[in-house]
Amino acid sequence: MIKFINVFIEAFPFFMNGLVFTAELALSSISIGFVIGVLVAISRTYGNKLSYSISTIFVESIRGTPLLVQLFIFYFAFPQIGIHLSPLVASIISFSINSGAYQAEYIRGSIQSIDKGQMMAALSIGMTKWKSILNVILPQSLIKVLPSWTNEFAYLVKYTSVAYLVGVPELMAQGEFVASRNFEFMDVFLGVALIYLVIVMILTWGMSRIEKMVRMPGV
Amino acid sequence: MKVLEVRNLKKRYDSNEIIKGISFEMEKGETVVVIGPSGTGKSTMLMCINRLIEPDEGKIFLNGEEITGSKHPEIFRQRIGMVFQEFNLFNHLTVLDNVRIGPIKVKKLPKDIATKVAIENLKKVGLESRMNAYPAQLSGGQKQRVGIARALAMEPQLILFDEPTSALDPELVGEVLEVIKKLAREGMTMLIVTHELGFARDVADRIIFMENGEIIEQGGPEILANPLKERTKQFLAKFREGR
Amino acid sequence: MDLLSILQVLLKGTLITAELAVISFAMAFVIAIPFSLGQVYGNIPIKIITTSYERIIRGVPLLVVMFIIFFGFPSIGIRFDPFTASVLSLGICSSAYQSQIFRGSLLSVPNGQIMAGQSLGMKGTQIFIHITLPQAIRFSIAPLTNEFTIVLKDTSFAYALGVTELLREGTYIISTTYEPLLIYLLCAAIYFIITFSTNSIVRRVEKRFAIHGFEFRGERA
Repeated sequence: MIKFINVFIEAFPFFMNGLVFTAELALSSISIGFVIGVLVAISRTYGNKLSYSISTIFVESIRGTPLLVQLFIFYFAFPQIGIHLSPLVASIISFSINSGAYQAEYIRGSIQSIDKGQMMAALSIGMTKWKSILNVILPQSLIKVLPSWTNEFAYLVKYTSVAYLVGVPELMAQGEFVASRNFEFMDVFLGVALIYLVIVMILTWGMSRIEKMVRMPGV
Repeated sequence: MKVLEVRNLKKRYDSNEIIKGISFEMEKGETVVVIGPSGTGKSTMLMCINRLIEPDEGKIFLNGEEITGSKHPEIFRQRIGMVFQEFNLFNHLTVLDNVRIGPIKVKKLPKDIATKVAIENLKKVGLESRMNAYPAQLSGGQKQRVGIARALAMEPQLILFDEPTSALDPELVGEVLEVIKKLAREGMTMLIVTHELGFARDVADRIIFMENGEIIEQGGPEILANPLKERTKQFLAKFREGR
Repeated sequence: MDLLSILQVLLKGTLITAELAVISFAMAFVIAIPFSLGQVYGNIPIKIITTSYERIIRGVPLLVVMFIIFFGFPSIGIRFDPFTASVLSLGICSSAYQSQIFRGSLLSVPNGQIMAGQSLGMKGTQIFIHITLPQAIRFSIAPLTNEFTIVLKDTSFAYALGVTELLREGTYIISTTYEPLLIYLLCAAIYFIITFSTNSIVRRVEKRFAIHGFEFRGERA
C-alpha cells in the first residue's frame, strides 16, 4: 500500500499531463458528438426518405464496427487518400463520430417517447413543424435523454484511452511511459484505473445533480 | 365458526395511523361490502388480512386459526383468494397457465387435474375460449374475470376483492360485477372493497362504511338508503351528487 | 497478396475474434448472475460488495484492465498469455455490465406480479422461479444482445496485447500490402456483418418467443 502511494505520487505529474489530453479528447468529442447526434436524430425521426436512409446507414455502420477500427481508418488509412491527421485530431474526429452515432440513437428514442399530443398541441397554436420540434419536442427529449447521455459520456471517457494506441500522450500513454521506466506496471496502472474511476464517478454524480435541477416537475 | 375474525387491527405508516383499530367478523357464505371515501385505508385493511401488508397490531383469524403471528403466511394465502384492482395477471403466462399455476405449484395438484380445475373456473367466468391468449391480448374486463378465475382455482375459503372494477372502462364494469354476483348466489364468502354502490346494494349481505381508518357504521344493505350516522349520510349524499 | 489470400488471413483473425467474444461473454454471464442476485436479494454487506464491484469495474477502461492483468500481474507472480489476459479483462468488464442488466430486469418486474404470487400462497423461491425469473429473462434478452455486440467490438482491444485477432491480422497484411484503407474497411465490414447478423438472429428468436403486448427493448446499458 505504501509502495503504491509512493509510485502514485511520483507518477502524479505525468498523470496530470495526460489528464489534460484525456479531458480535451472527452470534452471536444462529447460536444461535437452531441451536435451530430441531435442532427442525425432529427433527420431519422422527421426527415424525408433520403435523409432517413443516409442517417440510418450512418448510425448502423458506426454502431456496428469497433471504435478502434474507426480510429485506425482515420489515422492510418486516410493518408492513403492524401489526408494526414495528427494523432489528436484523428482521435477527436473518430470519437466524435462514434459518440455522435450513439447519442443520435438515445436522442431519437427520447424524441419518440414524447407524447404525440405535444406535437399536435404545438401545431394547433400555429407553430410550423420545425418550430414545434425546436421549441416543444427537442427540449423535452433532451431532458429525458440525460440519464442515457451520462452513460454515453462515461463510456466515451473510458474509450479515450485507445488514443494511446495512435500516440496521443493522454492518461493511458503517460501510465505506459512511467511504467516502462520504473517497471511498476501493477501500481502505475492501478493508479491510472483509480483516476479514471474518480473521473467517471464525479461525472455520474455531477450529471445526476444536473438531472435533478432540470427535471420537469411532476414528470 | 366464523370464517374471518378481525380484532382491533391497526396499521400505521411513520406516524400516520392508516387503520385505527378495526374489528369485524364474517360468517360462511356471507358477502360483505366495504364502502367509504378514497384513501381511508380500505385497501390497506384488505391487504392486512392476507398479510400482503404486515399489520402493526391486532389479531386476524381464518376459521379460528390465527393468521397474524404465523411464520408462514403463505399457508393462509392459499386459502384466501385475492382479486386486485390492477388485475396483476402474470404477464408471461397464458390465461390457462395463470389460472392453473397456483394449483400446480402451490397445491401440488397433478397437471391434468389442475388443468381441469382451471378450465372449470374459466367456464365459470365465461372465458374458456380465451385460455390460450396472453393477458395483454384481453380487455380489462376479461383480465379481471381471469383474475377471479385464478383466485377461484385455489378453492379458497374467502375471497378478497380490492376495488375490482376501479381500473375498468365503464362499459366493462358490468361483466365483472355479474361474475361476482353469481359467486355470491353460489354461497362464496367474499369481502369486497368497491365504489359501486348499486352493486353493493344488490350483492351485499352486510355493508361496512369506513372512514379515516375506522368503521363508522355497519349493517344490512338498507343502511345505504337509511344511514344512521351523520358521516355516512354525508358520504352517500356526495356520491349521489357526483353521479 | 491477392484478395482471396487477404480474406483468408482476415478470416483466421475473425475466428480468434469470435473465440474471444464468446468465451469472455460466457465467463461474464457466469459471474454476473450471482452478482445481480446479490444486488437485488442479498443482505446489506453482500449488496455493498456486489454493487461496489459493479460500480468500480464500470468506471475503469477495458484497456487499463487489460494492462493491469497482462503487465501488472506478473509482478505478483501471475503470468497470462495475451489471449487469456484479454479474455479475463473482457469478461470482468462485461460482467459488471451484465450484472447491471440482470439487476435492472429483476427490478423491472412489477410489484403487483409478486403480490399476486403471494396471494396464491406461493413461497419466496417459488415466486422467484415461476414469476420473477421468466419475466426478467425476457426483459434482459435485448440488452444482453447489445452487450454481446459491445464485447465483440471490444475484442479489438486485444490488438494492444498482440493477440492475432481480426484487427491485428489486418495490420499485419497492411505491413506487406500498404493498403490500409482497403484492409481496415474490410475489417470494419467483417465486424459489421457479425454484429448485424447477431442482432437480426436474436430479433427473430425474440419474435418467436414474444408475448403479445409484452415488450421490452432496452438500450446500450
